[in-house]
Amino acid sequence: MALQDKYKQLTDAALAAGITDLNVVEQGGVLHIDGTAPSGTVKDQLWDIFGQIDPNFATGDLILNVNVSTSAAVTKVRVTTESSNLNIRKGPGTDQPIVGKAAHGEVITLVSQSSAQWWLVRTDDGEEGYAFTQYLTPEG
Amino acid sequence: MKMNKFLFAMMLSASIAVVSCKPKDADVKAAVEKTISANAALAGVVVDVKDGVATISGELKNEADKVAAETAAKAIKGVKSVTNNITIAPVITSNPVISATDVAISAGLRDLTKDLSTVKYAVKDGVITLTGEISKAKNVAFTQAYMALKPAKVERTGLIVK
Repeated sequence: MALQDKYKQLTDAALAAGITDLNVVEQGGVLHIDGTAPSGTVKDQLWDIFGQIDPNFATGDLILNVNVSTSAAVTKVRVTTESSNLNIRKGPGTDQPIVGKAAHGEVITLVSQSSAQWWLVRTDDGEEGYAFTQYLTPEG
Repeated sequence: MKMNKFLFAMMLSASIAVVSCKPKDADVKAAVEKTISANAALAGVVVDVKDGVATISGELKNEADKVAAETAAKAIKGVKSVTNNITIAPVITSNPVISATDVAISAGLRDLTKDLSTVKYAVKDGVITLTGEISKAKNVAFTQAYMALKPAKVERTGLIVK
């Protein structure tokens, strides 16, 4: 219960912002908050609050897992690496061979959202494979 | 005298008829409130009536209760229409969370730390242990990503944020 109180501001904000499928449960000394955010802005807002309550997320007593609901309409994603090219791989995993590269800032086609970590993409050159979602931002 | 009494009775019944044709808003409001308060699930609903238009507001648990409140208000004599401003309370569930397997978490961390050579990790029984160091700028995205791997717990006191 103490953990729920510690992160009450976060769950209140999640409710107010319209997080759906919100599940809050304390398990083994860790508070788990799962849900789906209507936008990336809402997700960022929750992570800001998390960072204020627990600077650098160092304590480890909360697992916050909020996904942004990506509408089926999204077909284009921008490569948002820091500066380098993004590897496109044969399968979902860094142990998979590289089949192509997409440039930083390039807009490529999203074929399917295979998993939370890897999306199947296709470049304008026709190279198709899996790219790490952390470096992809939905367009429009 | 008899005629006067008859006339008086006529006038009285006529005035009652007028009142029953056009009930006062306050009376309608009381009647709607009475009906709604008979249903415990509709507790907290606020009723307002103006010119026969009933406005109901408040927060209820689900859509069915919202509809029930509207139906109840509509059934009251003197209610021409109902403006339903009732909102549904957001739901928080507390279902147990099932952690991902160590194999799946390890595979995710291997991918996540590919460009973070200073971060070391170990996974056992769903618990991620992180050591080494990470820049403050990269910490947010990294934390978001490893929490999405569905671990049971994360021990990161050994991870220095610079």
